[in-house]
Amino acid sequence: MRIGVFVCNCGTNIAGTVDTAKVASEALAFADVVYATNYMYTCSEPGQQEIQRAIGEYGLQGVVVAACSPRMHEPTFRRAVEKAGLNKYMFEMANIREHVSWIGNDREANTRKAVDLVRMAVGKLRFNQPLFSSKMPVNKRLLVIGGGVAGIQAALDCADGGVDVVMVERKQYIGGKMAQLDKTFPTIDCSSCILGPKMVDVSQKENITLYAASEIESISGYIGNFTVEIRKKTTYVNWDACTGCGACMEKCPAKKAEDYFNEGLGTARAINIPFPQAIPKKAVIDAQFCRQLNGKKCGVCAKICPVKAIDFEMKDTIVTEKVGAIIAATGYDLFDHSVYGEYGAGRLPDVITGIQYERILSASGPYGGHIRRPSDGKEPTEIVFISCVGSRDQSVGRPYCSGVCCMYIAKQAILTRDHLPESNSYVFYMDIRAPGKNYDEFVRRAQEEYGVQYIRGRVGKIYQRGDRMVVQGADTLLGVQVEVEADLVVLATGVESSSGAGELAEKLRISYDQYGFYMESHPKLRPVETNTAGVYLAGACQGPKDIPSSVAQGSAAASKVQSLFAHDMIETNPQVALVNERNCIACGKCIQVCPFGAIQWKELRGGIKKAEVLPSVCQGCGVCNATCPPKAVQLQHATDNQILAEVNELCA
Amino acid sequence: MKRVAYYKGCSLEGLAAEYDRSTRMVCEAFGIELVEIPDWNCCGSTPAHSYDPLLSAALAGRNLAIAADNGCDMVMSPCPGCLKSLKGAQETCEDPAQRKAFVDLVGRDVDGLKTVSLLQLLYEEVGPQALQKAVRRPLTGHVLVPYYGCLLTRPAEKAKFDDPENPISMDRLIEATGATVPRDFPYKTECCGATYGVTRNDFVGKLSGRILDMSQGLGAEAIVVACPLCQQNLDMRQDQINKYSKSAFHLPVPYISQVIGLALGIEPKVLGLDKLCVPADILLEDRSGEDGQARQPGGVAAG
Amino acid sequence: MERTNTLSIQQSRDSDFIREVEEASGQNLSKCYQCGNCMASCVYTFAYDYPVTQIMRLIQLGQKDTVLKSSAIWLCANCQACTTRCPNNIDVAQVMETLRIMSRKEHTVSLPDIQAFYDEFLRSVKTFGRVFETGLLPVYNMRAKKPFTDLDLAPRLLMKGKLTFFPAMVKQRKKIAEIFEVIKRDRFSKEGKARPEPLSSQPDI
Repeated sequence: MRIGVFVCNCGTNIAGTVDTAKVASEALAFADVVYATNYMYTCSEPGQQEIQRAIGEYGLQGVVVAACSPRMHEPTFRRAVEKAGLNKYMFEMANIREHVSWIGNDREANTRKAVDLVRMAVGKLRFNQPLFSSKMPVNKRLLVIGGGVAGIQAALDCADGGVDVVMVERKQYIGGKMAQLDKTFPTIDCSSCILGPKMVDVSQKENITLYAASEIESISGYIGNFTVEIRKKTTYVNWDACTGCGACMEKCPAKKAEDYFNEGLGTARAINIPFPQAIPKKAVIDAQFCRQLNGKKCGVCAKICPVKAIDFEMKDTIVTEKVGAIIAATGYDLFDHSVYGEYGAGRLPDVITGIQYERILSASGPYGGHIRRPSDGKEPTEIVFISCVGSRDQSVGRPYCSGVCCMYIAKQAILTRDHLPESNSYVFYMDIRAPGKNYDEFVRRAQEEYGVQYIRGRVGKIYQRGDRMVVQGADTLLGVQVEVEADLVVLATGVESSSGAGELAEKLRISYDQYGFYMESHPKLRPVETNTAGVYLAGACQGPKDIPSSVAQGSAAASKVQSLFAHDMIETNPQVALVNERNCIACGKCIQVCPFGAIQWKELRGGIKKAEVLPSVCQGCGVCNATCPPKAVQLQHATDNQILAEVNELCA
Repeated sequence: MKRVAYYKGCSLEGLAAEYDRSTRMVCEAFGIELVEIPDWNCCGSTPAHSYDPLLSAALAGRNLAIAADNGCDMVMSPCPGCLKSLKGAQETCEDPAQRKAFVDLVGRDVDGLKTVSLLQLLYEEVGPQALQKAVRRPLTGHVLVPYYGCLLTRPAEKAKFDDPENPISMDRLIEATGATVPRDFPYKTECCGATYGVTRNDFVGKLSGRILDMSQGLGAEAIVVACPLCQQNLDMRQDQINKYSKSAFHLPVPYISQVIGLALGIEPKVLGLDKLCVPADILLEDRSGEDGQARQPGGVAAG
Repeated sequence: MERTNTLSIQQSRDSDFIREVEEASGQNLSKCYQCGNCMASCVYTFAYDYPVTQIMRLIQLGQKDTVLKSSAIWLCANCQACTTRCPNNIDVAQVMETLRIMSRKEHTVSLPDIQAFYDEFLRSVKTFGRVFETGLLPVYNMRAKKPFTDLDLAPRLLMKGKLTFFPAMVKQRKKIAEIFEVIKRDRFSKEGKARPEPLSSQPDI
């Protein structure tokens, strides 16, 4: 094989700590290498042309580029060699940037390691074979997981483009956290007024199928051809019949059920539709509080229901949907402040969270939109807001900024002044993070026009003294300890990943960070894609985000899906496992270990059984290859011979 | 019978002698054998560790070494200040960089010893349930505030006992005696003025003063403590505090061991109850006959 | 200590000081982002010349002189409120302790009476092996020139029989004194200083 080696300087990124000229000259000494050079930016247009020129001039049959991570430019170079007439799998990349130049300063050692990596790449390339992909049809249906504003936006955009959409929401209503908000920053428009029409659209679009009160049970398949099992959770109400009239709620005698929608500030009936604009407007029985379901004589709802929708015998059911792409838009949760002992750990009734305060402010909330404190229903006059509760706090394992709290506190303080002109609001903050359009102006307005008193410092302790609470904090600008007597304290609890985010990520086969937020494919350049083809992200499941950013991501993910669905067929990845039937001993171990169910039995003439890989299902993980006792299963482009060749070169 | 090395510390030999006495009585009642560390020496307290951490470690460590020589695996000190020094000595001994210097000074390592406060010993080895069963003279109808002080549960990583912000062990033990504990005492772990009684008397006036004020506001008849220094500040210096803050507090400040001892039916004099500066006779009133809890805590008090 | 309202950073910054404090306390002080929680939690803030948040900031800026001469470090009671609540897991109380030790070594103790009390305490430990409470106070009063401190307590304590008139003595007093001597010797040989520093202006322990 005639091999060419191209060593990239990457400006000073690589050449700064690696002697690229020396790497090229040493590479020239390797067997089969007939051409080697270094170049300023190999990925640039002239850089690619240099590769193509050399292929022609030296009759190269294989190419090695020593440059950045293959995750960056492998597709670029594969295209380049393909254009010059080589099979694109006759190409290898040695990562001498992320794996060498960026991680060490010792030029000599770096150069040595770069040479090793190039030698390994050359060694492997000698065993490379041309590989060819086939075409598979794309199922142009989309699954959106999560019915918050990001998921809604993605679903509507795709549905508008003619895509069939399946939306799965684990709560009984869609709208997510935004449905609980009173107003939105920085425009103070009513949250349900701007979200409501979108929610209605979801329910009315012919090509959106909504599964509320449902969760993802399992996902199999691959880009263009996923099979999804959805668990429809028991609601004890036949939703096909339920008209959402609410008669059951009125008569239900179990009045002390947890009111999740109002964040525990009030109580709900055991059979409940959480809010008037709920979509779908269907009732659900909370089994924990229902009398009938707890062995007591009741069944009032069943008697009152005009359409006989109540079904105490209901069980979970599983439905299967087939889709070609998936958008995860599972949103976020709010930090549980009970770990803050110094703030009362949840024992002080008038220390509430920001989302609870949204419900208090909301006209559809537990107090009808009148600001009262939970302990005794009194109207507060001194209200303290505390930012960074569960944000930027290493001691509770949340070192990151939640990004939205500064803004929602400013909004709540402004609204407080609107509701209670005689009240005083105080905001304890560390830094004000308001980088969005019109955001800083909004925070300034809170201070300049609404008289909100901003105090730069954290709060050390909150405790009850008489009828009020003492908020003991610091004003670091003055260098003094301050005390504020408060009637109500609002904690700006931070954003954390949604509960169950990790389990869903396993099902989606996508990665997530140490805090449970889903990992995008590239932090800058591929913000809504994941490393699993066909799975996209939208909204706060990827990291804390406000409404505008979540909506933008919803649309971005939708456009990714639509560009995928613009193709009728997609190329399959030929880097899959292949069984050499002559060596297969039919032990079945590969079938057992394959995580994707991609290997099945095949019967040859005379009833002889052999393993067979379904190339369209195989994800190329290589577990079968590693397991197979006679090494009959080989992962193409990472065969045993190729890997051993690399090891041999490394040990040479 | 549980055998525990007993490090009483200098205070319990002087101004806090009644803490020593009541501690011994209560432990005996629950079958805990306290073995006083022979020829123990002062832990060095704050002055030693602000001079040199190794001095503090060596002074405290010598006592641990003696306890270990005597075959004890648990050391109890009723004084949280001493306990902090003992724990500091253990930390020094476990630190590879200081281990040799420590062993050279002390004569041996002190690995594997468990060091606890009296409160932790009573809470974990006896527990509220066993205490409740052993009560002979219930303190029903008495409202007592538990004051833990700053060091007993802090810092959490070192104290490894109860909660640093809202400890509840003493609450539970007091409740087990039949007495009532106000729902939320916010100054449980706020500093009383520590050693500044001597050098900065006004600090104690201010800091212990607000503890007395809050306790009284919550309807307490007494403040129960587990630290000789807290006790001195709140009790012995109560007149000084009254002078400083122009107040007229008259709140007895018994040790937890005395309160438990009373509930067990031990004679008040044996427990050294008469040694308290503010008389605690009110605790001897038998209110168990009165209907329920005659003297409910005042709940939330005005400012 | 008097505050100045201007600071020439390069001229006053002592980067060795930052490193020394970090090493001796085992804390990473660049983690501090001046949120003020330590100041908010400290019950002694009212008495400090520099609230503890500012002490942390001064260390970050390498202001050795100001920090080691501050009264705050000597008024800290080591009550652990700051350490308990620091969002960056900095053991702030440990840092304050480190500063006290450094200030002793540098002879910059701003509150000699507090040092005198500590020294008297240690002298008692060195002499008897234990602290002799009744004996400690009069000596301290004499040294601090505050002869009437706590005199008001005496009658009641006498009546309650709480005052002891003879120090309890440890048998192995020599062993205790030896610990003191070794520590003192190593303390100075390590730093390469010619003479042991006296404890306050009073006779050495």
